[in-house]
Amino acid sequence: MRASAGKERLAVGVVFYLISAVAVGGALSAVLLKNLVHCALALTLAFLGLAFLFLRLDAQFAGFAQILVYVGAVAILVVFAILLTRGSELPKDGVFSKTWLVGLAIAAGVFAVLAWVVLQAGPWLPNEAAAPQVTVNQIGNALMGRYVLPLEIVAVLLTAALLGAVIVAMHEKEGTK
Amino acid sequence: MQEGLAFTPQLGASGVAQWLCLVPAVPMLAAGVIALLKQPMKKLSSGLAIGSLGFSLLVALTAFAHVLSGWSHGYAVREVVNFSWIQVGTAHVELGWVLDPLAAVMLVMVTFVGLLIFIYSTGYMEHDENYTRFFCFLSLFAGAMLGVVIANSILLLFMCWELVGLTSYLLIGFWYQKPSAAAAAKKAFLTTRVGDVFFLLGMVWLFAQTGTLLFYDHGAGSMEPLALGGLLVHHSAWGLTAAGAIGLLIFAGAAGKSGQLPLHVWLPDAMEGPTPVSALIHAATMVAAGVYLVARVYPLMAAGMPTGGTTTALTVVTWVGASTAVFAALVAVAQNDIKRILAYSTVSQLGYMMAGLGVGGVAVSMFHLITHAFFKALLFMGAGSVIHGAHEEQDIRKMGGLKGAMPATFATYAVGMLALCGFPLVFSGFWSKDGILEAAQHWSVAKTPFYMLVFGALLTAFYMTRQVSYVFFGTWRGHGHAHESPRVMTMPLAILAFFAVTLAAIGTPAWPWFKAFLNDGAARVDFAGFNEPGLMALMLTSSLVVIAGLSLGWWIYGAKSPAAEEPDALEKAMPPVWAVLRDKFYIDELYGATVIAFYAWWAKVADWLDRRVWGGIVAGVALVFRGWAQLNRFLDTNVVDGGFDKGCEEIATGGGLLARVQSGRGQMYLRLLALAVVVLAAILIWSGRP
Amino acid sequence: MATPLTGYLLVAALLFAIGLAGALTRRNAILVLIGIELMLNAANLNLIAFWRYGPHPEALTGMMFAIFSIAVAAAEAAVGLGLVISIYRHAKTTDLEQMNRMKG
Repeated sequence: MRASAGKERLAVGVVFYLISAVAVGGALSAVLLKNLVHCALALTLAFLGLAFLFLRLDAQFAGFAQILVYVGAVAILVVFAILLTRGSELPKDGVFSKTWLVGLAIAAGVFAVLAWVVLQAGPWLPNEAAAPQVTVNQIGNALMGRYVLPLEIVAVLLTAALLGAVIVAMHEKEGTK
Repeated sequence: MQEGLAFTPQLGASGVAQWLCLVPAVPMLAAGVIALLKQPMKKLSSGLAIGSLGFSLLVALTAFAHVLSGWSHGYAVREVVNFSWIQVGTAHVELGWVLDPLAAVMLVMVTFVGLLIFIYSTGYMEHDENYTRFFCFLSLFAGAMLGVVIANSILLLFMCWELVGLTSYLLIGFWYQKPSAAAAAKKAFLTTRVGDVFFLLGMVWLFAQTGTLLFYDHGAGSMEPLALGGLLVHHSAWGLTAAGAIGLLIFAGAAGKSGQLPLHVWLPDAMEGPTPVSALIHAATMVAAGVYLVARVYPLMAAGMPTGGTTTALTVVTWVGASTAVFAALVAVAQNDIKRILAYSTVSQLGYMMAGLGVGGVAVSMFHLITHAFFKALLFMGAGSVIHGAHEEQDIRKMGGLKGAMPATFATYAVGMLALCGFPLVFSGFWSKDGILEAAQHWSVAKTPFYMLVFGALLTAFYMTRQVSYVFFGTWRGHGHAHESPRVMTMPLAILAFFAVTLAAIGTPAWPWFKAFLNDGAARVDFAGFNEPGLMALMLTSSLVVIAGLSLGWWIYGAKSPAAEEPDALEKAMPPVWAVLRDKFYIDELYGATVIAFYAWWAKVADWLDRRVWGGIVAGVALVFRGWAQLNRFLDTNVVDGGFDKGCEEIATGGGLLARVQSGRGQMYLRLLALAVVVLAAILIWSGRP
Repeated sequence: MATPLTGYLLVAALLFAIGLAGALTRRNAILVLIGIELMLNAANLNLIAFWRYGPHPEALTGMMFAIFSIAVAAAEAAVGLGLVISIYRHAKTTDLEQMNRMKG
């Protein structure tokens, strides 16, 4: 959004790299750090980076929704879960599984496939210059109009998830159930 | 000796000849039915036996009447019914039966005497618990004997011959719990078997030489001139023709059955059987089968007889017969068992019959056979009655004075005894024995048999008198009280006594009906028959001999009644001679030392062979099989089962290995998922490239 | 880098791979969930990137998709973390290496 005409390409490049670095760095930290709380915070950083990437992509609503939901709720939820399960204590056996190389290899394989696909498909990828103009009003109308069924279903899903989470995490009464 | 060829033989078979097979078949069938009955059914079993034999008697009488009518019309009756039993390639095994005068006469005698003895047995065996079995065997014997009589095929004759031997064994050993009876039965069977082997050889040779088993077959039979001529051409060893050699072999078989000299040892021991058995089998019928057989094959033995002379076979027969007659009579003098005396007497009289065949021909011998059957059966049954009355006592030294206690028995016994001795004129025995003596006197080869037979007659009279004095005269030396036998036993005695006298009529020279009947000649009542040269002298001689014997016996035994423990008068006079006579010239001991010992040794060898060699082979084979089974078991356990178990183990291990994939850990599943997606994506992308 | 879209897609792929690596290698259950969240976010990024640079016959579809995805991801994170807490209460640990009750 804040692109100037001349430095369009370069600005895209530099800003994009920066934000990407933040997101990727945050993700890496989240996966590699030993202390779980640090992992959770790094995750928050990754979410933020992604939010900025969304903003960069002219998806303002998605970006802010990302911040609201992910950073504001999911990350907090993760922290709560870590605290409730004594995750801050370092385990004695190590944090990585004994066969971490296998997992890494598989993940690398996945990345290799995806990257290869993307690079191969380079010339055929679309490249619209103009960003779609989406207003919140339009989003609201769409939610209540065209996408009302998914909306209601998601509402039911959220209700079920809420109830489910409560029941699952509830303390069991002694002796019954 | 053969005469009367003016008769034309009739060839076709009449109705009664067709049904002649019923005569032996019905008693055999009755025997089969009785065998199925349970023990206590006494009336039914004896009824069946007597009924069947009665039926046979009726058929026999019908057949006899038929032959008689044919004879009286002037043609010789010889009807045969032959059939082929088995066919082997082009050769046939033929059986059949014949109806001619010889067969007819024998049939009537066997069925009639047999019937009387059957009736007698119902009384004698009353208290025996094996009554039913007895009548089964008796009936079977009767059937077999009648089969021998009518057989036209030498094979059928042999089969019935063997059956007769078997039933004789069964009946002698009827009281098999007694070891002496079982041993006697075995002895009888084995001794006659020796003779039967020779018979079989002769039979096979005859069949091989003539090509037929039938005696009479419309000109093609083995007793008919065509075959006999063929046999005369061939010569075997010692100047014998084939006919003579075969005849001698067959005679060996007859000698066994009829107790001629080397094979006589079984007859006295056969007295272990019940008295009706002794009467029927060892007096009247079975032992006569030997004589009958020789009579049947007489054309064979007489084949090639030069005029005025005789064949080698017949000479041998004569000598054997005469020797037997004298030998047995000598032994009979020193016996103390009432039945044994009669047994040796039978052997002696059979010797007479054989000698009669040799010197005089079929008719002479058969007449003596018929008369002997009647009075010997009478004597045996009388002895049975005496034994019954003296409470099962058989030693004559323990009897005595029974003339008063058992009058009916005494009377009939006396008749039989006098007939046996050949008391002149009234009794049939005189005429039949005289016929033989006359033929012996005119024998061209030698006179010795004649003198032997005369000596035998003297001895016969002597020992019979001895027996009668011991048994019926003097004082009672036994225990208890003697009593007369029931009527069912004395009635047959009376009937037989009657015939012992009346049969004389058909054989006198005045009316030689019997001879003519058998020889297909004519017979007229003609007292001029007495005018034959030498006949009167002979009759006188034989009468004197008989009276001399009787007197001698009476003088030594009859006048003084000896006490029981006292040794015999003759024994006191000449102890060593007596000992030899009493011990039967030690022939049994001789056989025991030689034949029996050899046989026992051979049996030991066979036993060793069986246990070691054959048993070893069998054990070896069993061992091979055991080893094979072990090998199989090993293979089964280790290879098949083991292989299978191993396979299952591998599968289990493999399964275990595969199960490790299900680790239960979510991350593992996730990894596999991701890997699968990668692989799938790679495949899709790779395959979708342009 | 032919188009800007390529860059975004690569970043998304990288984030996805990192999230997958974390989910596959770390022992703690919560970190597996973190990895899953990262993967979901990478997908969202993909969606938004294609929405921005792709053709627009319908201007809203991509964004709506992403928004719904966010909502569902949030619900799933809540339930998942609730499960982890429940398992922690039962097994006294969140170590995935020790959870093999499904072992066959």
